[in-house]
Amino acid sequence: MNSKVSDRIATGVFVLLASIIVLLLVSLFGYILVRGVPHISLDFLTTESSTVSAGGGIRDQLFNSFYVLFITMLITVPLGVCGGIYMAEYAKPGKLTNFIRSCIEMLASLPSIVVGMFGLLIFVNTFDWGYSIIGGALALTIFNIPTMVRVTEDSIRSVPGELKEASLALGITHWHTIKTVILPSAFPGILTGAILAAGRVFGEAAALLFTVGLSTPRLDYGNWNPFSEDSPLNLMRPAETLSVHIWATNTNGIIPDIDAVSAGASAILILSVLLFNLIARWLGSVIHKKYTASK
Amino acid sequence: MSRSITLEIPEQKSEEVKENNKATDIVLDIKDLSVYYGENQAVKHASFPVYKNQVTALIGPSGCGKSTFLRTINRMNDLIPIAHNKGEIVYENAVNLLSDEVDIIALRKEIGMVFQKPNPFPKSVYNNIAHALRFYGITKKKELNRIVEESLKKAVLWDEVKDRLHESALALSGGQQQRLCIARTLAMEPNLLLLDEPASALDPVSNAKIEELILHLKEDYSIVIVTHNMQQASRISDKTAFFLNGNVVEYDDTKNIFTNPSKKETEDYISGRFG
Repeated sequence: MNSKVSDRIATGVFVLLASIIVLLLVSLFGYILVRGVPHISLDFLTTESSTVSAGGGIRDQLFNSFYVLFITMLITVPLGVCGGIYMAEYAKPGKLTNFIRSCIEMLASLPSIVVGMFGLLIFVNTFDWGYSIIGGALALTIFNIPTMVRVTEDSIRSVPGELKEASLALGITHWHTIKTVILPSAFPGILTGAILAAGRVFGEAAALLFTVGLSTPRLDYGNWNPFSEDSPLNLMRPAETLSVHIWATNTNGIIPDIDAVSAGASAILILSVLLFNLIARWLGSVIHKKYTASK
Repeated sequence: MSRSITLEIPEQKSEEVKENNKATDIVLDIKDLSVYYGENQAVKHASFPVYKNQVTALIGPSGCGKSTFLRTINRMNDLIPIAHNKGEIVYENAVNLLSDEVDIIALRKEIGMVFQKPNPFPKSVYNNIAHALRFYGITKKKELNRIVEESLKKAVLWDEVKDRLHESALALSGGQQQRLCIARTLAMEPNLLLLDEPASALDPVSNAKIEELILHLKEDYSIVIVTHNMQQASRISDKTAFFLNGNVVEYDDTKNIFTNPSKKETEDYISGRFG
């Protein structure tokens, strides 16, 4: 077989594989959206869910999902970025560093159900917090920190060494160089990592089953005092998220419109992740452009 | 901030220095300097002076230790964990730059370095220069504007970039980028400039501009330049040191090195018989 033919075959194989992937994605998206979108209405988004009768919405679950996401990212991003900076810039190569790196990788491959059980034992039982948003956010932090550290470390390492040298050679300290040269250059990579982590948080059910629970107390959306019992911002309250709701409705729901609710909720879930990604990327590129003065 | 304060040169000594004839002032006195990377000795017992307001060229084949030598002066080699050195580099007759007590940050501000490959920050032209100034506490817009303009003028880049100060520095040509890197270094008001093959990655026109600039900068700064280009060394330098396998084979006035070298290796290298 001559090289031209094998080149053509290779091209053909890759095109075929790419088409299979695209086809899979499109049909999956299409299926969820076609089934779900007809059930989405303003009413569906703004009413409480119902446990027995038809016509319940997903208002609280949608809010909970975003709120848990926000709290988780609030803890995960600073911790993960700092860990990544340490691994890339300060950790001296050696046995200890390699051991830390192996631990992080091991943590990354932990099944989420195990993280959920860990959260149940530590946050719910030992700390006696009960099912709470903060417990769920911490469990998800454990779940996401390895990715965040890894992505940050990789992004920092991919910043050209010449930039670091240029800054140090001007008599600028290491920390100031990290802050003003290295991190901004690594920002797009770190942002991608954060978006991936956010997607995982939004779609996560197993780790949250045991930590934020399967219920939501009656919420008063007019009360924004985070220390109040019925405030949606209360960190110590249980909070069923969208993906947990989909799971719960499908496994032990007794409402007559199970299919409609779970299809609608799934579509909302996907659209939310999509919207979140688009906004984060747009914001990221605005920030990056402003910093690099590029067009 | 005055120079004598940043590097803590004793006052009477700097007075002494000023009394001497300007042309014979020594900025750097390198005494028996050896640099090692682990077991491997990259610079072997180098000893020669660098004079004020002169251009000292370091020539020699690749891997002969010129760049290592240069990076030892402003302690950039500290970044390499296995690098260590022996000997002294006496700065302004007062401070040994290799001593542990030297404030590396102050040292690097005073001894500026320009690298072989232009390495502007991925920021605007303006912020490339303002970056270090802001670190040193200059935040007033007026003051920043003044220094940015001054530095760009010194680097003969102002006319080319004055209308695009807020565009990305990466959009400049290679030669402009390198002059921006020089301007960025000049903004720190250094005393000594270390140039590591600053023109080798550039086209002949940019190369000529950089050479012109170096001759012009000599009036205010002392310059040590590493170069692979013999013609360049003979055109712009006052003193030349020829490095071979880590040894300084010969150090002399550039004129003598290029017309009447005393060592056979130097003659062979200059005439292109090896290297």
